[in-house]
Amino acid sequence: MHKEAAIREPLILGHKTYADITADVCKPIEDKAPKMWYVLFSIALIIGLYGVGCIAYLIGTGIGVWGLNKTIGWAWDITNFVWWVGIGHAGTLISAVLLLFRQKWRMAINRSAEAMTIFAVFMAGIFPMIHMGRIWLAYWVVPLPNQFGSLWVNFNSPLLWDVFAISTYLSVSVVFWYIGLIPDFATLRDRVKRPIPKKMYSILSFGWSGRAKNWNRFEMVSLILAGLATPLVFSVHSIVSFDFATSVIPGWHTTIFPPYFVAGAVFSGFAMVQTLMLVMRKAMRLEAYIHTRHVEYMNIVIMVTGSIVGTAYITELFISWYSGVEYEAYAFINRFSGPYWWAYWSMMTCNVISPQLMWIRPLRRSLLFTFIISIVVNIGMWFERYVIIVSSIHRDYLPSSWSMHYPSHIDLGVYVGTIGLFFVFFLLFARFFPVLPIAELKTILKSSGESYKNAPDTHGHDGHADDNHNTNNH
Amino acid sequence: MAEKIIYAMYDDDDVLKDGAKKLVAKGVKVSEVFSPFPIHGIDPIIGVQNTRLGIMAFLYAITGTMLATIAMRYFMISDWPMNIGGKPNNTYLDNILAFIPVTFEFTVLCAAHGMALTYFLRNKILPGLPASNPDPRTTDDRFVMEFRMSENSNFTEEELTSLIQTTGYVELDQKEVK
Repeated sequence: MHKEAAIREPLILGHKTYADITADVCKPIEDKAPKMWYVLFSIALIIGLYGVGCIAYLIGTGIGVWGLNKTIGWAWDITNFVWWVGIGHAGTLISAVLLLFRQKWRMAINRSAEAMTIFAVFMAGIFPMIHMGRIWLAYWVVPLPNQFGSLWVNFNSPLLWDVFAISTYLSVSVVFWYIGLIPDFATLRDRVKRPIPKKMYSILSFGWSGRAKNWNRFEMVSLILAGLATPLVFSVHSIVSFDFATSVIPGWHTTIFPPYFVAGAVFSGFAMVQTLMLVMRKAMRLEAYIHTRHVEYMNIVIMVTGSIVGTAYITELFISWYSGVEYEAYAFINRFSGPYWWAYWSMMTCNVISPQLMWIRPLRRSLLFTFIISIVVNIGMWFERYVIIVSSIHRDYLPSSWSMHYPSHIDLGVYVGTIGLFFVFFLLFARFFPVLPIAELKTILKSSGESYKNAPDTHGHDGHADDNHNTNNH
Repeated sequence: MAEKIIYAMYDDDDVLKDGAKKLVAKGVKVSEVFSPFPIHGIDPIIGVQNTRLGIMAFLYAITGTMLATIAMRYFMISDWPMNIGGKPNNTYLDNILAFIPVTFEFTVLCAAHGMALTYFLRNKILPGLPASNPDPRTTDDRFVMEFRMSENSNFTEEELTSLIQTTGYVELDQKEVK
């Protein structure tokens, strides 16, 4: 039997019962959507459709409508790709890594963070695809038998590793998310009265019945998927960083990239989770489940990963001088004092200074402060990718080909459009899907719920060691 | 042959677990437990074996590793050896470092999807299948133990009911099935 220390703050506030948890999570789905939902959904949809229009124009005309050029062959597109993939790192990290470390607080945020991950990786995937120009030939990245002799894709190329990494990450994240959703869809199926939703949730729940053996398998599958997804999370952004690190461009050719990119991804992913959760908990009245303690835990993760990122920036800067390679040194001097100095210093301010404020306890427990910092961090992380990509290649070895990147309105439209589409998906998720893992929350109610936690132990002790279980029910 | 099934419903997982322990000690066979979330520690009491899905995951994983290795060796070494900057590519081993990332990703891909599919099939859960929980409340806050008379032939119905009565259930229900 596990009993949590009394001084540990409860994870579920108030005097909740199992039925309360079900009711609280299902209420926003069963009620009519508030007006605000329609307003936000319409705004997101309009922005998203504008983005789709820009993409259609881009595909019809060619990538010359973007602001990139011969010197700066990668610009906003790959910046946005890396930014979205980075954001897409929090969900699976929260569910997988925190599950392995038996962090129960993940249950407040894992479901929506996973949803966010999936939608963010969708958005990320758009950019390399449209960057190909001829998107209808995108299947060429897959090793298929073909008519060009027996020409295969190049398995030595990090760009191809990326194809495998991103698609594996996306599909495994979807499976992980959906397996957790099935029992909760069953709860909804057994609750809703109207025939059409009942039919829908009945199909979505796959006929889940909650037998003892089903739950036994459920826990094993969750554990193994977590075990598989943990190295996967780390591999995906490492491979994204190889896109840069294995090239010989000064500013990219760095062994520090994989850990630095992974930390940056977790950093931005958690920031995005904060942005979304802080609004969602209020709008959906889930304050009892996602409260200051959870926000504080996430802020600590942001602080730690932000410090890793800051250390990496300074290490890069130091090594560019210490290596004695003049091209490397120039790349960095140009970064902070060249024409893109404003991007560099925005990045430094947002990513190095702002997370350090989280050392102050009242600040990291302040919801308003957290919300502001979470947006600042994501702006900073966008600039990081822009700095790495554009400032490293805009002045290459030949001064005659030096150039500048000015985003076109299509660049802007596609980027803003993906943000719109992301929110379209997320709002639909929040409207129709259980945003908290109902079944999993019930397993921690007795150990971490406020009303049970400090009550005297009334049940007998049972001697069963729960070896492969991440939670407990006393 | 018609069979009688008794369902005892509880409103607390610990009460159900203690009850199950008591009944099993008296020789009653608990045929099934339906619950809205995993009740930890119930499996050994009612005799549910631990799942072997982990072994399957491992088998799917090594299948993925092998497939990736065989395919990449064929693509990159035997079918169309790609000469990149004169790097050695005579054997797979010469170039194996470049193949590690894809091997890893494909291993994870096969393990995760193979296991998920096996999980669906073994649980008999697939889109559109009907649910079989005896009461809709078992996905909310109720816990149900199922007793099949055929598996409890040592007891008469009355004996079994009176034994169940000592476990603190909230509702008792029975059903005849063919």
